[in-house]
Amino acid sequence: MKNRKFPLWLPAVLITAAAVLAVLFFLQLLFLPKYMSDIPEGAMVAEYYEETTDHEVVFIGDCEVYENFSPITLYENYGITSYIRGSAQQLVWQSYYLLEDTLRYETPKVVVFNVLALKYDEPQSEAYNRMTIDGMEWSSAKIGAIRASMTEDESMLDYLFPILRYHSRWSDLTSEDVTYLFSRDKVTHNGYYMRVDVKPVDSFPEPDVLADYTLGSNAMSYLDQMRELCEENDIELVLIKSPSLYPHWYDEWDEEIIEYARDHGLYYFNYITLSDEVGIDYSTDTYDAGLHLNLSGAEKLSDYFGAWLSETFDLTDYREDEEYSAVYAEKIQFYEEMEAAQYEELEEYGEIISY
Amino acid sequence: MLFTSYRFIGFITAVFIVYYLFPKKYQWCFLLAASYLFYYLANPAYLFFIGATTVSTWLIGRKLDQLHTEQDAFLAANKGKISREEKKAWKAQSKAKMWKWLLACLLFNLGILAVLKYTNFAIANLNGILNALGSGQQISFVDLVLPMGISFYTFQTMGYIIDVYRGTCRAEKNLGKLALFVSFFPQLVQGPISRYSDLAASLYTPHRFNAKTVSYGLYRILWGYFKKLVIADRILVAVNAIIQNPDTYQGGFVLVGMLFYAFELYADFTGGIDITIGIAQTMGITVKENFIRPYFSKNIKEYWNRWHISMGTWFTDYIFYPFSVCKPMLKLSTFSRKHFGDVIGKRMPVYLSAFVVWFTTGIWHGASWNFIVWGLMNFVVIMISQELQPLYRRFHARFHVKDKAWYGVFEIIRTILLMSSLRMFDCYRNVPLTFQMFANMFTHFKLSELNAAAFLELGLSGAEYALLFVSLLIVLSVSIFQEKRGSVRDFLFNTAPAWSKYAVFGVMVIVVIVFGAYGIGYDQTQFIYNQF
Repeated sequence: MKNRKFPLWLPAVLITAAAVLAVLFFLQLLFLPKYMSDIPEGAMVAEYYEETTDHEVVFIGDCEVYENFSPITLYENYGITSYIRGSAQQLVWQSYYLLEDTLRYETPKVVVFNVLALKYDEPQSEAYNRMTIDGMEWSSAKIGAIRASMTEDESMLDYLFPILRYHSRWSDLTSEDVTYLFSRDKVTHNGYYMRVDVKPVDSFPEPDVLADYTLGSNAMSYLDQMRELCEENDIELVLIKSPSLYPHWYDEWDEEIIEYARDHGLYYFNYITLSDEVGIDYSTDTYDAGLHLNLSGAEKLSDYFGAWLSETFDLTDYREDEEYSAVYAEKIQFYEEMEAAQYEELEEYGEIISY
Repeated sequence: MLFTSYRFIGFITAVFIVYYLFPKKYQWCFLLAASYLFYYLANPAYLFFIGATTVSTWLIGRKLDQLHTEQDAFLAANKGKISREEKKAWKAQSKAKMWKWLLACLLFNLGILAVLKYTNFAIANLNGILNALGSGQQISFVDLVLPMGISFYTFQTMGYIIDVYRGTCRAEKNLGKLALFVSFFPQLVQGPISRYSDLAASLYTPHRFNAKTVSYGLYRILWGYFKKLVIADRILVAVNAIIQNPDTYQGGFVLVGMLFYAFELYADFTGGIDITIGIAQTMGITVKENFIRPYFSKNIKEYWNRWHISMGTWFTDYIFYPFSVCKPMLKLSTFSRKHFGDVIGKRMPVYLSAFVVWFTTGIWHGASWNFIVWGLMNFVVIMISQELQPLYRRFHARFHVKDKAWYGVFEIIRTILLMSSLRMFDCYRNVPLTFQMFANMFTHFKLSELNAAAFLELGLSGAEYALLFVSLLIVLSVSIFQEKRGSVRDFLFNTAPAWSKYAVFGVMVIVVIVFGAYGIGYDQTQFIYNQF
């Protein structure tokens, strides 16, 4: 019987393929935006996976949660452990899949969802999609988030192999891309993005007249899914509208959410109408003229909301827990250091430039 | 489905795998199915038009073949029995029948092309005439579908039917096989315009997987993507900035735009053909070369022998020669010799035929006066160059520069500049503006305006200019190597150290992925020749 010759090119091709993949993988790490000194919002989602302790309260939403609630205040004042899974212009389906993703690691007692994102009924922006989704670890939740979020120009392949998306950064690389090649600094405090500067509310453009004041069916279907997911996991879902004054939150939307909450036995708080009760002073508690709260405003809101959480739900006071105390001592130190550094920068330059 | 889209890369990968898994005898059937799927995905309506062309050409091809067979049979049966005159008369009668069938085929298929591609152009011109005559009446434009690659497949199919008519090839009996020849997907969108005798055999022959052939094909594909994605689609940004803003970019920048467009078109078109030939080669199919380093041409005639060869030879074989030897032309030639002397009489058929060829070449490229004038300008330049030949010969004999390397370089640069200036008709939106910008290049030229800051405003960064420079240098080096020593792939496989072919391949993959202008942030652009 004639022996078949083993093709010699085969191992060479395999070695070449492995070498090419290795180089491309390295280049991919290099080209991925690091979001350290600029647009820290892009680094927020990935930070969650570095957490070593569980959380009883998880906030889900866009900038109206990650800039308006301080989990450190919740811990310091009430012993509540919480985390904000938020990112810039986080759409409701992204919030849903981030909740699914969170449940792969822990089951909180309470999930707080900010309803502003319900105003968007379809995918919006590739750049914001990437900031939310790139940081997620691979799972069915991430695939779901990609499928639900892709704009017309996007492709699943660009998410699977981010080098196909970010290859054009070869001409924009900076030292930051090398410094943070394998690890990143923390930019948030359990998902909270701190700003200590002040810019009082001035005026806002007149709200647009809409053709239809009903919240979109696609967006609402994801709220349904989020509610069902919470029910399946015995989680209390709380709906809130943060006290951010712009973009405009229409009364018709508010009424629709009130009705939805009533129909499904959910809590819903509109903190724009409750801002006086919370004690928010829009001349000192916002850093961008009412779009988001600053540290002072976020601490006031967190204190108010923490009191309600403690009274309403059976939450544990983790200040007495040794393991949590040690972890949170470090977090509080980082929080205070950043606060001091921001004040220092504010004094020196008159504005915040590094955060 | 753009050649540069992920979808297309997925498509050709799937086709490649299934092709070699398919029973060898039916590989061509699979290719036909893949080609029709490719066309269907572009637009299901296109199938109707390519189907009509295929079926009509197949039927008439069979009829012509039958007439050829009948003629041969008659002549064989009557060998020695009929006189020479009778034989001639019978042949003429038979040819007249064939001519009618051929004419029907040409009119039907070129009619489809003419209606779909040129109706609105004709309406626009009629409206212009009505307007000039002071008539307030205007004809409305019609909304017609323009099937992808219709100019290419129509010309390829008409070439086939003319060959059958001439008896230089037998008609394809199998409709499916002819359908594959017409629709073979890698060359459907931008050619080359293959000849049946060149392509058919390798298209229908069973192919076993051969590592070397596949590797050669893959190299060719990568090289095409390098030219298209790294060079053409990057430099396109600067080209568009210049040609779309003629009020801003004048003088020296017209020259820059002209040269940049020369690089873009070369990288785009040859890159596309590289991908086409490479895809075919991975499946063992040989598609003829369409370019032989055209920018090394020393005169315009040589240039057209090296650039878009399949189109040039098509027009030569199917329009120039038949036209220059047709009866009316011969009569005109005789008439001219008699009345105007030998000098004009000899030139008349050549010039008239060349005029027709360049007019049709121009209009084949697109339904616009820009292309028509571009074609006619080519005609003018070629004829002037032809007339100046004796002068050139005298100059070369006197100064002995023909063998000097520097003179060769001068001739190459002269040809590039000449062809690039003609291509300005591709760029600017109408004919008057093109002439105006051509003049502007000289009247408003200011060297000081061509500074770094101005170049950066064209939309490319310094790093991108550096990348373009290096990439063009690589293309130039490869071209010089091919010109002097032959195939780079042969060198890599036969002469260079064994590891180098793998290393080069790996580096090419990385370069295309990293430096290609594709994906979000870049506009995925069609190959320029897709529009024809």
